[in-house]
Amino acid sequence: MSSNLRLIWNGLIPENPIFRLALSMCPAVAVTTSVENGLMLGLAVVFVQVFSSCTVSIFKSFIHPRIRIPAYVIVIALWVTVIDMILPVISPDVYKKVELFVKLIVVFAIIISRLELFASKEPLIPSFFDGLGMGFGFLFGLCLIGAIREFFGTGQLFGYDILGFNPLLIMVLPAGGFFVIGFIMAIFNWLEYKITGKIPTSGGAH
Amino acid sequence: MNVKQFSNVALLIVLPIFLFVMIFPALVHAATGSGSFKKDTEIQISFGAPVDETWAKDPANYRVFQKTDPDIEIPVTSVTLSPRKTSAVLTFGEALNLSSEYEVQAKNVTSDGKMLGNVEFLVKKSEGQILFTIFLGAMLINNFVFTKYLGLCIFFGVSQKKETAIGMGITFTIVMVLSAVMCWALLTFVLQPLHLGFLQIIVFIGTVAIFVQAVDTILRKVNPYLFKKLGVFLVLIVTNCIILAVPLINADSGNGPFESLTLGLGAGLGFALALFLMSCVREKLELCRVPSVFRGLPIAFVVAGLFALSFLGFSGFSIF
Repeated sequence: MSSNLRLIWNGLIPENPIFRLALSMCPAVAVTTSVENGLMLGLAVVFVQVFSSCTVSIFKSFIHPRIRIPAYVIVIALWVTVIDMILPVISPDVYKKVELFVKLIVVFAIIISRLELFASKEPLIPSFFDGLGMGFGFLFGLCLIGAIREFFGTGQLFGYDILGFNPLLIMVLPAGGFFVIGFIMAIFNWLEYKITGKIPTSGGAH
Repeated sequence: MNVKQFSNVALLIVLPIFLFVMIFPALVHAATGSGSFKKDTEIQISFGAPVDETWAKDPANYRVFQKTDPDIEIPVTSVTLSPRKTSAVLTFGEALNLSSEYEVQAKNVTSDGKMLGNVEFLVKKSEGQILFTIFLGAMLINNFVFTKYLGLCIFFGVSQKKETAIGMGITFTIVMVLSAVMCWALLTFVLQPLHLGFLQIIVFIGTVAIFVQAVDTILRKVNPYLFKKLGVFLVLIVTNCIILAVPLINADSGNGPFESLTLGLGAGLGFALALFLMSCVREKLELCRVPSVFRGLPIAFVVAGLFALSFLGFSGFSIF
């Protein structure tokens, strides 16, 4: 059990998809103008990641290695189609804002890279927890960026007015997302430098 | 063949396609209505003969509505007549939607004291103007990288060197244009007749993946040198969000073949432009003294943020 917990912790902080691996940056900037959007898309990613990890893990012996990438893409597209039908029923208003990105989960690099690196080699249970960890890491990243941008950009959190004025309007503009991610990445690097004593080389951004 | 020669060749291929797309619809739809938009709150209409000033200056004589909603009338606030009295400019209180069609009905047109009956004018942009607006919008105003944040993975991955950035930009533009048209054809001729619209995600990503694989295989046989230059990028293109986003946007807004092609071209060139600009800055950045925790990606994000700020300057920019 502890190894499963470690898989979740691993996805949450040490290999956080957004800040450490720098994978799937597009939604991280695009939908995070508020916490609500980030939460919605994050949950969709958790769903797709967990279910496609499990599917690939179960059927890994049937997938020929030479056609594995198209096979993974089809598996992901299947689960994305499912969540794309579920979400508008649960919350139509928020879905309208993140609609394009829910569909684009198909091409999120984080999901296919976890299938390739983990689920295609490991049995079902670890794959499930790895998917859960990576999904929650992604969710955590989206919510953190969303909270910072919403709070400083509009003075609100979850749509509730907290400050009553807009401290930094730039945060909700397109440029703000880039700045916030750049600075959070730098903070993660700085923390690692303080703990381990060496400066990390940041991820490849794919 | 070095990158510069290659980019010239690619330009020679892309430019005629672009010119053809711009001109062809103009040939087909040469005769549009006799009205035109002046600004986004003004419509100009021209009469066959000089009209009476008292009649023309009365806003109540005009009925203006969108072609799709004939019930919703748009009130005319004022009318100015040209000195020769053959054309009038109608001014509206609210901004018009320049991409849709409007109809202007002039009641009881009077000329030299005689009633000439009702006249209708159809006001819309010509096809070429619409296409140019889409093109400019996708490339600059709503640049896919800086205002829609798509394709960031590739954008940060291959923008370290100018040479790879140019190669990627050109390869991407070509694949984007072709796959946009292919996805449009599949949607119109296969998915919609069979009522399989909910399968569009699977079909589009499958199409793009198969297409990229096909280009990869063909290029390997036909032109090994070009393959060596572009092979790496070809595989990466499948993971680029823009390649899937453009067909989805096309499907959502019901674009026709030419609109789809133009959106694909605009998105591709916009991506190439963003990649080129970013690679220029990042080559210089290598020589700068950046704080150690900011080295690599963090500083690249801050630079992208500055670019996004400057691209905000294009918002509200329109030629027609």
